[in-house]
Amino acid sequence: MSVITQNLSRNKYFNWTVKNLFSSWVNTIMTIIAIIFVYEIGSFFLNWSIFSADFRTNFQGELITDRILCSKNIVPGEYGACWAIIYVRWDQFMYGLYPVEETWRVNLTYALLPFAIIGILFDKLPFRKIFIYFTFIFPFIAYFLLYGGPGLSTVGTNKWGGLLVTLFLGVTGIGLAFPLSILLALGRRSKMPIIKSLCIVFIEFIRGVPLITLLFTANVMLPLFLPDGVNPDNLLRALVAVTLFQSAYMAEAIRGGLQAIPKGHIEAAEALGLTYWQTTRKIILPQALKIAIPPIVNTCIGLFKDTSLVLIIGLFDLLGIGRAALADMTWTKLYYEVYVFISLVFFIFCFGMSRYSLYLEKKLKTDNS
Amino acid sequence: MEQVIQLEKVNKWFDDFHVLKDIDLTVTKGQRIVVCGPSGSGKSTMIRCINRLEAHQKGHIVVHGTELTNDLKNIDIIRKNVGMVFQQFNLFPHLSVIDNISLAPIWVKKMPKKEAEEIAMNYLEKVKIPEQAHKFPGQLSGGQQQRVAIARSLAMNPDIMLFDEPTSALDPEMIKEVLDVMIQLAEEGMTMLVVTHEMGFAKTVADQMIFMDEGRIVEQATPDEFFNNPKSDRTKLFLSQILNH
Repeated sequence: MSVITQNLSRNKYFNWTVKNLFSSWVNTIMTIIAIIFVYEIGSFFLNWSIFSADFRTNFQGELITDRILCSKNIVPGEYGACWAIIYVRWDQFMYGLYPVEETWRVNLTYALLPFAIIGILFDKLPFRKIFIYFTFIFPFIAYFLLYGGPGLSTVGTNKWGGLLVTLFLGVTGIGLAFPLSILLALGRRSKMPIIKSLCIVFIEFIRGVPLITLLFTANVMLPLFLPDGVNPDNLLRALVAVTLFQSAYMAEAIRGGLQAIPKGHIEAAEALGLTYWQTTRKIILPQALKIAIPPIVNTCIGLFKDTSLVLIIGLFDLLGIGRAALADMTWTKLYYEVYVFISLVFFIFCFGMSRYSLYLEKKLKTDNS
Repeated sequence: MEQVIQLEKVNKWFDDFHVLKDIDLTVTKGQRIVVCGPSGSGKSTMIRCINRLEAHQKGHIVVHGTELTNDLKNIDIIRKNVGMVFQQFNLFPHLSVIDNISLAPIWVKKMPKKEAEEIAMNYLEKVKIPEQAHKFPGQLSGGQQQRVAIARSLAMNPDIMLFDEPTSALDPEMIKEVLDVMIQLAEEGMTMLVVTHEMGFAKTVADQMIFMDEGRIVEQATPDEFFNNPKSDRTKLFLSQILNH
């Protein structure tokens, strides 16, 4: 026995496996059950989604233009997913009803988006200042490209849909909510009773109401608050609701960060003669935001997924477009394909945010210590 | 002598707790006053009132002819002339040592960055740790951090320095390096108000000793008189407790 273990101990991976997976008979049984479970699910899913799935053509080599041409509808029980629906309706998933000849504008916006975000995400990026400048002009570029203006035809937001609406609401909502939430969080800790209570009422009201209610409210009530003739379109109403919703949650995340700053730092800054805003900008926020980033990213992930609720007020975000595709008689009943695809798209964005937050947590642990 | 700080019948309450009771105190230019007393006696609160980290509720505090009121302008003027060093150093952990020191000159005095950094380096040399300029506070020992905190205050070129138990949070072997800097400062003629239990330091630099208890100044005397011939019984008891342990 001891000879065997000695020989084996040279193998690091084997050692790890034995220690963690087969250390006792209970552990061994659990490991085996888990392996069988993962294998069954994994093989089923891979088989369904890739090996026995149709992409653009069915098993007879015909181009799929209708669900009845899907292999699984020709030979029931033998074939898996029929991804042709995604392929055929790709434009709608990506742009909604945006005019086909203008979709390059959306693509260009998508392509520029990473450059607008990257400067905020990575503080040691070379030429970061230039990227940050770009971050601030990007909204105007995006507005011009997406909505139109001099030289570009106007595309009303009622034509926008799919990923475009999802990203528009998610990114703009988060972008607008961020400065607002900082003010709310600071206001909630203000020494001025009126500002303080206004912020508390706002935050608690928004947090006490489901997003769907806010969306309905914004949809129905926003026009009442605005002067006659100003009739914001549906997307803008949704954006207002999403922004207010996100700012309340983000404000609470930031408040957590603010509370972690020792009072002594503020006193030291005051004693040096710094004003409230200088202290806030130079001493409090840099520290508080760092601490608050993981919870902030959490709320962003939540919001990004919650944007799919706008389908309830008649906007076609990614999920709405998917449901519209399913309502089409040509493609009806391909639920799995559509929902798996939509889940995958949401997963990519949310998983990205989640990894970023983990990366930051690790980085913050080593920074400045 | 020019009077730089005057406290006149200053009273302060924390809710129901009467922390400062009719405090009268005059500090003249270049004077070095050491304040001692048991914990809770109001000594920290008293010096924190002088730059309005705490607001007093009754009486008058005048610094350099400017009275401390709710007027933010007055508070600004006074804070620019009064430096403060805290027990817990209170350096800004996200800024390097040199940024900690140059921050206030840049933002409060609107000094060009380069000039502010030169001044910061001068003061770091004065507190004998210029080689630490680009480290972060978390990488320094307690004594070094406190010396940076002193340099940070000095960089605003104050003419009064308040010290709130500057060595109480330090390991014993680091106390001397901080006291040395303070002694040097005293020798250069800085007006200093120091809350401390370092009686050796008090004997060396103080020209007035103040003993506080339960929110009152119980005794004020020269160090010689204070240590050798204290008048009140409370002072005698306190001295016997801290000198004979």
